[in-house]
Amino acid sequence: MEQIWTFLTARPTDQGWLWWLIPTTLQALALIVALLVAQAFLMYFDRKVWAAVQMRKGPNVVGPFGLLQSFADLFKFVFKEIVIPAGANKAMFLLAPIITFVLALVGWAVIPVGPGMVGADINVGILYLLAVSSLGVYGIILGGWASNSKYSFLGSLRSAAQMISYEVSIGFVIITVLLLVGSLNLTDIVNSQARAGGGFWNWNFLPLFPMFVVFFISALAETNRPPFDLPEAESELVAGYQVEYSATLFLMFMIGELANIVLMCAMLTLLFFGGWHSPLPEGWVPFLDQIPVFWFMLKTFLFFFMFAMVKAIVPRYRYDQLMRIGWKIFLPLSLFWVVLVSGGMLAFPDLAAYFQSWRS
Amino acid sequence: MTLAAFAFWVFAVSAVASGLMVISSRNPVHSVLFLILTFISAAGLFVLMGAEYLAMLLVVVYVGAVAVLFLFVVMMLDVDFVEMKQGFLQYLPIGVAIAGLVVVELILAFAAWQMPSDSEFAAASKIATRGSPLAGPDAPNNIEGLGLILFTDYVHYFQIAGMVLLIAMIGAIVLTFRTREGVKKQDPAAQVARRRDASVELKKVKSGQGI
Repeated sequence: MEQIWTFLTARPTDQGWLWWLIPTTLQALALIVALLVAQAFLMYFDRKVWAAVQMRKGPNVVGPFGLLQSFADLFKFVFKEIVIPAGANKAMFLLAPIITFVLALVGWAVIPVGPGMVGADINVGILYLLAVSSLGVYGIILGGWASNSKYSFLGSLRSAAQMISYEVSIGFVIITVLLLVGSLNLTDIVNSQARAGGGFWNWNFLPLFPMFVVFFISALAETNRPPFDLPEAESELVAGYQVEYSATLFLMFMIGELANIVLMCAMLTLLFFGGWHSPLPEGWVPFLDQIPVFWFMLKTFLFFFMFAMVKAIVPRYRYDQLMRIGWKIFLPLSLFWVVLVSGGMLAFPDLAAYFQSWRS
Repeated sequence: MTLAAFAFWVFAVSAVASGLMVISSRNPVHSVLFLILTFISAAGLFVLMGAEYLAMLLVVVYVGAVAVLFLFVVMMLDVDFVEMKQGFLQYLPIGVAIAGLVVVELILAFAAWQMPSDSEFAAASKIATRGSPLAGPDAPNNIEGLGLILFTDYVHYFQIAGMVLLIAMIGAIVLTFRTREGVKKQDPAAQVARRRDASVELKKVKSGQGI
């Protein structure tokens, strides 16, 4: 066990490229498999929460308590026929869901799930996440365009405009966190929130509380979740860009979307809620601190629960209201906070020294 | 062949090949998509050179924002491309002339180019960042190095560039802005501030008479 662990985490760069490539590939595979299995149960959990709020039972037939429902759905999707519309641009039509799916998983390469447990500990980790999430728009645009249907195309334009609008405020929120921490490395961002022995009062959500709220709501809009699920509003807008998709291709869109949601929950955890650190100072919680990914998973799960509750509680926004919130409220607010945080750090060197004490 | 060399060849070949496809593919949407592939390959080359910050910025700004707008415009243009291709040959002479001019200029530029040696390069660049082969272990990383130069020696150029962008943005808004009459608008503050007695009125109606 110990040897396997060191083999997986060592990744020597000086013993030839094969000894670097094999552990890296295994790591990536382990992360992806864990992620996809977790997603199957998160999907089930999502539906159960939604059902509980509406006093229904939710999925309860397949497996004990309906636990295997997601797998049953998976098989249903995979065994159905892939219908490609006659006028569709075939290559693009097939490429679009693959882009969505791959990009949603690629973002996880830089997410540190535990101390030292990160695929690529790069200096510009948070920028990489921003870049990957800004690429996600292409899956949607291409899917809508390649279907060669007016409904899909209009749907894709609608969702692309939504995603681009909210990316701006997400970018500014990330900049406020970067200014506070003084690093773009995600591991540094997490460690900066454990200054002076740790504890939840050191987490970034307290000094940056309005930005935390803005980020949460923008994440809902960015991932096309209710109350901003205009791209796929089934009842009135015929499922937007994915109206022509069926079977495995539709499944890929769906898994990609869910992976994006979990990625956003993980980003909330890393940026504002101290990543893998315990909410109490180091050593106060004796057993759980020993499990490296426990706190990270718990926090990400809690945010996913909040996403599910929002889906159940909040009514859908109209398109003009969505645009108004994004451009007229969140953008000025987050821009103001960028100025406020950078000005505050400049005006009070003691404050800057306190927030950036992780450097020493 | 090391992994880095392999990655270099992959990115370089795909950058050049997709760059060629941008001008040679028939469908303009495909052209834009190949342009995006070129950007991403260029970003990969930046990463290999140790300029990770520029690479990410290239993806965020050009691929994530500029190319999306390109794609919007190209997708919604209703252009008959067969018609556009007609009379293609009449532009051939001027095209060849411009291409020849560019080639001559490139030759002149490269002939006058003196590549600095490593030591000259180190002397010229004030801050060697961690990615470059000349830097020590304590060197600032890519972003810090860029910031240290950009906000000290080049701060005026930086601010002028910012002003130019701001003016361009305001100009674009002014050019397209026009006030329209008779548009129904929502005022959320007024809606929230509305009281019950301002909008609901109870009337006792006698049966069989109506109001």
